[in-house]
Amino acid sequence: MANELDDTNIKQPEAIQPIMEVQNISKRFPGVVALDDVSLQFFPGETHAIVGENGAGKSTLMKIMSGAYTPDSGAIYLSGEKVSFSHPQQAQMKGVSIIYQEFNLLPERTVAHNIFLARESSRLGTLDLRKMNKEAVDVLKELGVEKMISPTALVSSLSVAQQQLVEIAKAISFKAKVLIMDEPTAALTYTEVNMLDDLVGRLKQKGMSIIFISHRLKEVFDIAEKITVLKDGKLIKTVNTKDVTPSDVVFLMVGRALDHYFPPLGTADDFGEVVMKVKDASNQMLTGISFELRKGEVLGVAGLQGSGRTELAQSLFGVEPFKSGTMELHGKAIAIKSPSRAIKNKMGFVTEDRKAEGIAPRQPIRDNMLLTVRSIQFLFGLILKDGIRKSRKLVPMLGEQVDIRTDSFDRETQFLSGGNQQKVVLAKWLASDADVFIFDEPTRGIDVESKAGIHDMIRALTKKGTAVLMISSELPEIIGMSDRVLVMTDHRIAGELPARSTEAEIMLMATGHISENKAEATATVGKE
Amino acid sequence: MTTTTVSDNWFKRTTRSIHIPPVYIFLIIIFLVSGLLDQIYSDGQILSNPAIMLNIIVRSVALGIVAVGQTLVILGASIDLSVAFTISITAVMSSYIMQGDTAKVPIAIPAVFGIGLVIGLANGLIITKLKVNPFIATLGVSLIIKGIINGTFSNYTGSVPESFEFFGYGKLGSIPVSIIIMLLVFLAGWFVLARTKFGSHLYGVGGNSEVARLSGVRTDRVLIGAHIICSMTAVLSGLFLVSQMRSGAPWVGPNGLYDLNSIATAVIGGTALSGGKGGVWGTLAGVLIFGILDTTFNQLGVNPYLKMILRGAIIVLAVASYTLRSKKEAA
Repeated sequence: MANELDDTNIKQPEAIQPIMEVQNISKRFPGVVALDDVSLQFFPGETHAIVGENGAGKSTLMKIMSGAYTPDSGAIYLSGEKVSFSHPQQAQMKGVSIIYQEFNLLPERTVAHNIFLARESSRLGTLDLRKMNKEAVDVLKELGVEKMISPTALVSSLSVAQQQLVEIAKAISFKAKVLIMDEPTAALTYTEVNMLDDLVGRLKQKGMSIIFISHRLKEVFDIAEKITVLKDGKLIKTVNTKDVTPSDVVFLMVGRALDHYFPPLGTADDFGEVVMKVKDASNQMLTGISFELRKGEVLGVAGLQGSGRTELAQSLFGVEPFKSGTMELHGKAIAIKSPSRAIKNKMGFVTEDRKAEGIAPRQPIRDNMLLTVRSIQFLFGLILKDGIRKSRKLVPMLGEQVDIRTDSFDRETQFLSGGNQQKVVLAKWLASDADVFIFDEPTRGIDVESKAGIHDMIRALTKKGTAVLMISSELPEIIGMSDRVLVMTDHRIAGELPARSTEAEIMLMATGHISENKAEATATVGKE
Repeated sequence: MTTTTVSDNWFKRTTRSIHIPPVYIFLIIIFLVSGLLDQIYSDGQILSNPAIMLNIIVRSVALGIVAVGQTLVILGASIDLSVAFTISITAVMSSYIMQGDTAKVPIAIPAVFGIGLVIGLANGLIITKLKVNPFIATLGVSLIIKGIINGTFSNYTGSVPESFEFFGYGKLGSIPVSIIIMLLVFLAGWFVLARTKFGSHLYGVGGNSEVARLSGVRTDRVLIGAHIICSMTAVLSGLFLVSQMRSGAPWVGPNGLYDLNSIATAVIGGTALSGGKGGVWGTLAGVLIFGILDTTFNQLGVNPYLKMILRGAIIVLAVASYTLRSKKEAA
């Protein structure tokens, strides 16, 4: 692999001028200063992470560097030359490519069409598909993934990780010198993140400068050489990764040390009787699911992407009901055939995909919070006067309970930060009086401080006697929160682990490196 | 390295490149059921007489041509409700200008295409620059055209020369000219969508306008272009209708329900109303389904109101079957 690389491109970062530099950048939006006098340098062959809470200005900075926004003041230099971008295309042409947090591909088009969108090989406006596909293969080869992804495959037929690779391929196809990645790992699993790791190494060796935003500090420390912390639009500090610890960085981000990243686990006193009992349940997505969920506990569900974690939540909640097996709630056999049945039986489900399934972004916060209450109480869509009065009291109460920061509950939910949106989802379920909660990735893509808040809230729920099933792809979250851990693999439950199991133990089970017998043995140990 | 591409056989590759949609199965079923009903309850012409088949297609020409344009704008996540009155204004203006004189045909045709250009440009500009929702924008333009023609013409106006009727009634060998023109329009539509930069960009704009914009697609221009093409197809439909009717009347467009029917045929053909997915071949099947239904209902002497009910039910069933199908695939 090494001899494929152009040796002249490998340079020592410190010895030369920065590829890209921003000087005294400021950007204001109505009511907020998104960036305040930020100056930064990015060197070739270097991975530079930008961290900070939501609203710290990371995304705004990236958008300015990639031409999606123009700064109010300040200057951008590329290889020492002053530039100003009025359109993302100009930045791309000069070698600055960006991969956004949301997927930016066209699912119904082929890989080649996506990579070369707006730059199709053509003669007189007529496409040269053969050449386009060949060039797509060339780009995929640069990433070493040409065997995995066909240029003529529809993007919708690819896995999430493959789609991410197509995005990277598209970005580097602009002969990028600077590659900006906004939360590249948010949707990836453990192994896929490792692959991204290798890829970043490969691109670095070619002399590219990689800039990425991430909420996952572990990955920041694995991948980045430099870390820049932003807070409230200001640059706090740029540090060399090797000189600091994650808690140093968290301290810089929130301005205080997080003495407890996670609330303490439940104690024997908290745990009560079995609330939910599932036995040999199967459907088209899951096989032989059996587990028990007790009052007052957080049962973590870990597993790789595609292992059936999310499907488990959906099946339990009646989105894709189980077809065989039995399910008991509070000792009574029950079949949850639809979400409304689940809600009536006091189950709550905080979904993985907040934007698509959790909130109605254009509805006011108030209406979002009352959605579940209304769905079970007002069958004919008639909201009684009494209900309105009640809701007037209920909404501020819920708001206080989940600590939403907003000036008005009549504000459209889409204007809240990710962390606050998640709190609205939570409030919605608190309002429904649920006593069994399913959380699917409760803290995906939200900032450290809100994360801690949500963890506290989950634990507070269990202290009140609620049973919580928490699905997460973030192992520290699983370990920090769970009183027991179910590990899923291959659409079934591989086994159970006790509280405070290590990442290695969980990963071993999740990747199937543990025999059935041993898994069962561990499971019994966990119950004792 | 290209193992995956090689493993796709030619059939798969061809079907993918021209996008043969499942609606063709539906088309065959409709055809066979119609033929069977016709065999039992009527004279059995549909299955036995090829002239009937050609007749079905000729009856579909006006809808087919404008449906190609409609498919393009829908792929761009837009919609055009002004096509019916664009057809009307074309019909009355062309026959008004021609006044039965062959010498005036070369004046009339550029004139009506010019009108189409203005309408398409207006639609596109209102949608992209004034940011008016396409539904409302084209509805507004449609009402404006309606006002203009109803205020100016109240009945059949002028006439087309006999030479111009070649479009409506002429034949090349045994194939009607109009069918050939319609197929050429479909072929052109396919070529534009599958083989040009414009088409590729249109899928991008419809699939995700922001993605397309950030990739460097000039989304406004693409959408305006699609609207101009759409209005042009409406003009061509109008010319075909007037050549058949010999004289233009202001009600030809709305009476033929070309606005809603062109949308319905595109959607039955598998083009997503949300944009970015679909193509003209599905629309062709949708148009033929409409034609077969019409002819069958006529053959069987179905009550015109019942006809509407059946047609409505079939549209809903067809589209519902796709959504259910794609849901199953996703699970």
